[in-house]
Amino acid sequence: MSRVQPLAGRAALVLLSLMALGACEREMRRFDTPPDNRSRPEAPRTSALQPAEARSDPVRMPAANGEGYDENAFSVAQGKRLYRWYNCNGCHAQGGGGMGPALTDDQWRYGSEPAQIFATIVQGRPNGMPSFGGHLSEDQVWQLTAYVRSMSGQLRKDVAPGRADSLQGREPEVGRDREPARPGSK
Amino acid sequence: MHALHDVFAPYGPQAGEVRALWLLTLVVCLIVFAAVLAALAIALWRAPRSGSDARSAPDLSGLRRPEPGTRRSVVAAVVASTLLLLVLIVASVFTDRALARLSTEGALRLEVTAHQWWWEVRYVEPQVADNFITANEIHVPTGRPVIVTLKADDVIHSFWVPSLAGKKDLIPGRTSTFHFRADHDGVYRGQCAEFCGFQHALMAFFVVADPPERYADWAAAQRHSASDALDEQQLRGRSVFLRSSCAMCHAIDGTSAQAVRGPNLTHVASRGTLAAGALANTPEDLKRWIADPQKIKPGTNMPASALSSEDMDALVGFLQALR
Repeated sequence: MSRVQPLAGRAALVLLSLMALGACEREMRRFDTPPDNRSRPEAPRTSALQPAEARSDPVRMPAANGEGYDENAFSVAQGKRLYRWYNCNGCHAQGGGGMGPALTDDQWRYGSEPAQIFATIVQGRPNGMPSFGGHLSEDQVWQLTAYVRSMSGQLRKDVAPGRADSLQGREPEVGRDREPARPGSK
Repeated sequence: MHALHDVFAPYGPQAGEVRALWLLTLVVCLIVFAAVLAALAIALWRAPRSGSDARSAPDLSGLRRPEPGTRRSVVAAVVASTLLLLVLIVASVFTDRALARLSTEGALRLEVTAHQWWWEVRYVEPQVADNFITANEIHVPTGRPVIVTLKADDVIHSFWVPSLAGKKDLIPGRTSTFHFRADHDGVYRGQCAEFCGFQHALMAFFVVADPPERYADWAAAQRHSASDALDEQQLRGRSVFLRSSCAMCHAIDGTSAQAVRGPNLTHVASRGTLAAGALANTPEDLKRWIADPQKIKPGTNMPASALSSEDMDALVGFLQALR
């Protein structure tokens, strides 16, 4: 009996550490910006609107589907910061929509997959969505994509920004549950 | 950039008052510390030295005996401590009053907003058209009081220029004010003094105190928009700036870049340092910073820019022309 207990204690310790490691991936902060993938297919811009000075070069379509961003709380929190920095809320409000369509519902004119949202941001869309390709780093577009998807409850609940990295006096996005999660993203 | 950063070498009345209070506190604490050590030494010296070992019961008879001598010294120590603490409180109140009473007549008004991890500085002039914005470098005229309005954008920061004044926190959602005066010209280093995240240590700024005439020249230059006299290379650099991610966060007055999320770069080449004191303002360091800021300040909100080497040279040439 006296031999079993320390073993059980040790096993519990190992188990708890493993569980804690699982949380690391969710909270991991990557500071080395992954280089843009140059070999991605090109696509034309579908909107003439652009911030600052307009570019005429084609944009690059995503080669991946948001892997590494959708499961990471830091990416989603950064996306939330950028959503306000780049005035996405100027048209989409806090997700409820205004001049632009709502992002918290399950209606997606151009698709709700990460790669589709990425394409919408870089190409732009008719009737007002500017084309941000070349004006944002690919890394930032993925962060924005992850945050936009969190608004309609498509991400794991525990990565959605219940807290932002800056002080905010708003209701957290967690808890909105209007759309079933993508298979595999839990 | 060589700058003064020394609590013990005050260059303004506020820092002088703070230093005097600090010295008084030091002296009082030293006396108390010495007295406590002396009492401890005496107690050890007078302790009975008979070879009492651990197994025999401890001698507790002293607890039942009256000890008038010991009681007297305890009462004396409590009274002395209370008096010394009172002295410190009174000195602190007088220091506060002295700081609050410093004249603010004809003061220069500034608004400092702390961001993770840099300082935005707005000069608030009587005429709104004379206002201008800079970052990480505060120029002030010597001998003239400066009233600083403090704000924070994201988390709590603290404004501290050791050679000129004490600390004051910048708290999101609140506005506080603070004033100081630099009596001698020179460059004084400031530093965020409240832990604010990854790059708290690399969140410095500089206060440059100039004689009033030189300050006036500087302020007049800062009010101008960026110069249009650019050569072909610099024009290409401007185009790179406006067409890539730079213009998403930075503003350059006189161009279509008007974003307010990062430091205003209208006169970036006139500043002594880059990235809130993290780098010297040289073309090589500027290039390193733009190419991969995460290598220099991991966690900073500026993304890396993948530019061709020609575009990078043109961009750096353009930014160096923003005097």
